[in-house]
Amino acid sequence: MGLAAESQFHVLAVDDSLIDRMLIERLLKTSSFHVTAVDSGSKALKFLGLVEEEQRNEEPSFVAQKTHNQDVDVNLIITDYCMPEMTGYDLLRKIKESKSLKDIPVVIMSSENVPSRINRCLEEGAEEFFLKPVQQSDVNKLRPHLLKSKVKEVGEEDQLINLSRKDINEILA
Amino acid sequence: MDKVRLQREAAFIRSSLLDQGYLDEQFIQLEELQDNDNPNFVEEVVTLFYTDSARLIYNIDQALLSNPTDFTKLDDYMHQFKGSCSSIGAKKVKNECNGFGEYCEVQNYDGCFRTFQQIKQEYITLKKKLETYFQLLKEAAQIK
Repeated sequence: MGLAAESQFHVLAVDDSLIDRMLIERLLKTSSFHVTAVDSGSKALKFLGLVEEEQRNEEPSFVAQKTHNQDVDVNLIITDYCMPEMTGYDLLRKIKESKSLKDIPVVIMSSENVPSRINRCLEEGAEEFFLKPVQQSDVNKLRPHLLKSKVKEVGEEDQLINLSRKDINEILA
Repeated sequence: MDKVRLQREAAFIRSSLLDQGYLDEQFIQLEELQDNDNPNFVEEVVTLFYTDSARLIYNIDQALLSNPTDFTKLDDYMHQFKGSCSSIGAKKVKNECNGFGEYCEVQNYDGCFRTFQQIKQEYITLKKKLETYFQLLKEAAQIK
């Protein structure tokens, strides 16, 4: 029933611009992604549960192993580059440095076409770099990156890792 | 008023805006994101653009009044403003912003100031045209 359910992919969008958040959210939803949009890198990290990493008491459960925050399952992060306080690059680095989050694919967006910036992000592990304004054709490029990470999870010993809370509730119901 | 005539008037405004370079391809992208579930998406984005950018315009005006001029701040605000213009396809306004950026870089206050007045002009012109456009669409939609 709900065991191998293909739950919607969840994308975390990060952008300090209200307009661009609205746009990216619409673009992603058009492609049937479930979207959470935040306006800063620190809010993104908070959402991902990273800030509380040290304090967390990790208890074994179906989803705790792959997703750090038991309530959050993010399949891709798409972030603006130019943001106050924490740039998209800083955010990318923090994610790649995190044991629990480093496998989540990250995509960077920027209004400026600066080759050195693009290379730096790709070298740091970003999957793609989109020039703004982001188009539907860009969003269509996201799927392969998402499927890649899901397949990777299925290959793990404990297949239950792939289940979302919703699936578990269905099983237990 | 005749529904078809209203729609035609709206279509004419839209074509003019695109032909005359007030709007570009990005505006069409916004239209393509509109559907039955989100029937007012374009108008919502445009409305948000005007309310959100009003804040930036105010900030730039204030920064231009400050002495000494903080060109870094000016550049930063303009960067944000330009980004928003780009996102809704406001081509003419966006292009004026490039001029501002250049003056900012060489710290030419007069250039910045003059260019900004032009930017505000274009910004208001587009706003009026778009308001008329959406008003016509709304009126047409209300007629059976």
